[in-house]
Amino acid sequence: MNKLALVSTAVGLAVSGSAFSATQIEWWHAMGGANGEKVVEIAEAFNQAQDAYEVKPVYKGNYTETMTSAIAAFRAKQQPALVQVFEVGTASMMAAEGAIYPVYKLMRETGQPFIQDDYLSAVTGYYTDEDGNMLSMPFNSSTPVLYYNKEQFEKAGVSAPKTWQEMETVSQKLLDSGVECGFTTSWQSWIQLENFSARHNIPFATQANGFAGMDTEFVFNSPAQVAHIEKMREWQQNGIFSYGGRRSDSAPKFYSQECSMFMGSSAGYAGMKRNASFDFGVAQLPYNAEQIETPQNTIIGGASLWVLQGKSEEQYQGVATFLNFLSRADMQADWHQFSGYLPITQAAYELTKGQGFYAANPGTDVAVKQMTSVEPTENSKGLRLGNFVQVRDIINEELEAVWAGDKTAQVALDAAAKRGNALLRKFEKAND
Amino acid sequence: MCLLISDWLSLFMSVYFPQKLLPYLLLMPQLVVTAIFFLWPAGQAVEQAFYQEDAFGLSRDYVGLDNFTELFTSPEYFASLKTTMVFSFSVAFLGLAVALWLAVMADRVIRGAMVYQTLLIWPYAVAPALAGVLWWILFDPSMGPMALLLEYIGIDWNHFVNGDQAMILVVISATWKQISYNFLFFLAGLQAIPRSLIEAAAIDGAGPSKRFWDIVFPLLSPTTFFLLVVNLVYAFFETFGVIDATTQGGPGQSTTTMVYKVFNDGFVGLDLGSSAAQSVVLMVIVGLMTVVQFRYIERKVQY
Repeated sequence: MNKLALVSTAVGLAVSGSAFSATQIEWWHAMGGANGEKVVEIAEAFNQAQDAYEVKPVYKGNYTETMTSAIAAFRAKQQPALVQVFEVGTASMMAAEGAIYPVYKLMRETGQPFIQDDYLSAVTGYYTDEDGNMLSMPFNSSTPVLYYNKEQFEKAGVSAPKTWQEMETVSQKLLDSGVECGFTTSWQSWIQLENFSARHNIPFATQANGFAGMDTEFVFNSPAQVAHIEKMREWQQNGIFSYGGRRSDSAPKFYSQECSMFMGSSAGYAGMKRNASFDFGVAQLPYNAEQIETPQNTIIGGASLWVLQGKSEEQYQGVATFLNFLSRADMQADWHQFSGYLPITQAAYELTKGQGFYAANPGTDVAVKQMTSVEPTENSKGLRLGNFVQVRDIINEELEAVWAGDKTAQVALDAAAKRGNALLRKFEKAND
Repeated sequence: MCLLISDWLSLFMSVYFPQKLLPYLLLMPQLVVTAIFFLWPAGQAVEQAFYQEDAFGLSRDYVGLDNFTELFTSPEYFASLKTTMVFSFSVAFLGLAVALWLAVMADRVIRGAMVYQTLLIWPYAVAPALAGVLWWILFDPSMGPMALLLEYIGIDWNHFVNGDQAMILVVISATWKQISYNFLFFLAGLQAIPRSLIEAAAIDGAGPSKRFWDIVFPLLSPTTFFLLVVNLVYAFFETFGVIDATTQGGPGQSTTTMVYKVFNDGFVGLDLGSSAAQSVVLMVIVGLMTVVQFRYIERKVQY
């Protein structure tokens, strides 16, 4: 028996090689393609920089797949120490108090230096509790912006619209100049309802969008949002707007120059550069000038890193060290410039600016400015709503009924709010 | 008489299977596989359907029939039932009809028959999600070659807004790979029909169409029946990958089938109780349908 143990230890040592004394930390993520390679690069940089811990990044598929696998693994007690979860999964993670290790607590208990004020509140706000403590570490955050076709704009003699009123007149001029459609949007719930509400400083749901309690109810069927969706319905009929599908399915409409404007994630900048064969510009998301004078910040999308319970003290020490490493200005600036995601610290933004990146790549700082120009309010801090993945599906369904001309905005949004509220009650019940 | 037969049987068995254990042992692998991969998970789904729990399994409440009453009071669920029926029967019918037509054609080919047959079988090797993505690209309203072709002949294709077109798209995607599978069985069935029967009919003056409907088609009925059952089960249970890759159930709810809802509510929405209840309902429906098929349609089958 002893011999066997000895042999297996020897084999284990041989396999783990040089890093045999390093504590292993598994990090499950959802970054495919170029961003996935960058994640591996980041982990390697960390492993090279010290030899007490070894971070092992594991690609687990898209956001939902990664979250589902992490949860399944947790149920089977095989969970990773660190997992990347998309923003709409935040409420589910938060509610799972026995499963998560809040980042602020981890940092305090491991004695790592951690100053929350260094982080951009517009980004971290989404991931903090009622007392402002950071529960997870933002990793890749983006926000919707307006991309526009500079060549078509020049031909029509227009400039980037700032307000929804201008959206209409600019689009009409574009149509008159021969373009097929004015604008299209990706992620309709995120951009046209969630961010629309934030930008106009009106609630999307009661209880501070869910931050103040689980007994929240949807109010996105209020007059301002209804008027906006009703306007879009009218535009869908006359060609100013053209619906192109859920998620980012509408992007080809912009690439093929069918639509002159596209509302999409700021993190889509690199993809835009690769796919657009024309000169394009980036502008802030429009606002309704009749609703608000100075628009609020937009809210973020993307994902953050959650620490899971059930690991050893040593591993948590490693996780905390790694999170600190990730937050370093040079690491953040590099990630921000490479991927197009927002920087999470003020220092990283300043560093990027100092390096002349924004000057060399016009439009890449639009999202940062849109996020940080004003102090976030409780309507623009973010959303904390249970079962939100399903709610977004419901909103998709109801909005599609509007674009198809089957329902009016009021009827559709009322139905969406009613169906969504049922899911909120269910979440409240399952997590009480 | 009965006694005699059973005596004879036991004698027969004791001769060939000296150990009573052996037949069970031989059946064991199949039984174990069925128990582990079907009975156990199905049992868990039934149990789960009576509970509501949070995603992480930290708390779990018995809710009785709540998950079911919620389903049956929701108009959206009945809408998905209707969608499922339209989708499944379209997939099964289209899959069988096209495969039969191709098999009859391939059966007649004399030169290069192997090439045609091999090529027609290939799509079966394509994973469902990939098949979905493939058709999604072909029919993309802005860039897809099929959509552009349709536009050229005057059809405005936009499955992102038009629910009927979305349904056509998912039916095509789900059927395409199943055609290969059906083709294989039909071809084998056709080759098993004795030539002499067809020749005799031809001598008696029956034309190609009469020969097909009066001789070939009835003789193929066991194959057709088997494929009907298999295809319906496929359409009911295995098509969520295709739908996820093409329409994600939209626009509106026009392509949200029951199995897609099971997948989406369970694996994306993490609402395990409702997802389990839906899978139980689905299981019951398919079970009932299979019984109906065996009782009423199988009578018409000529073995």
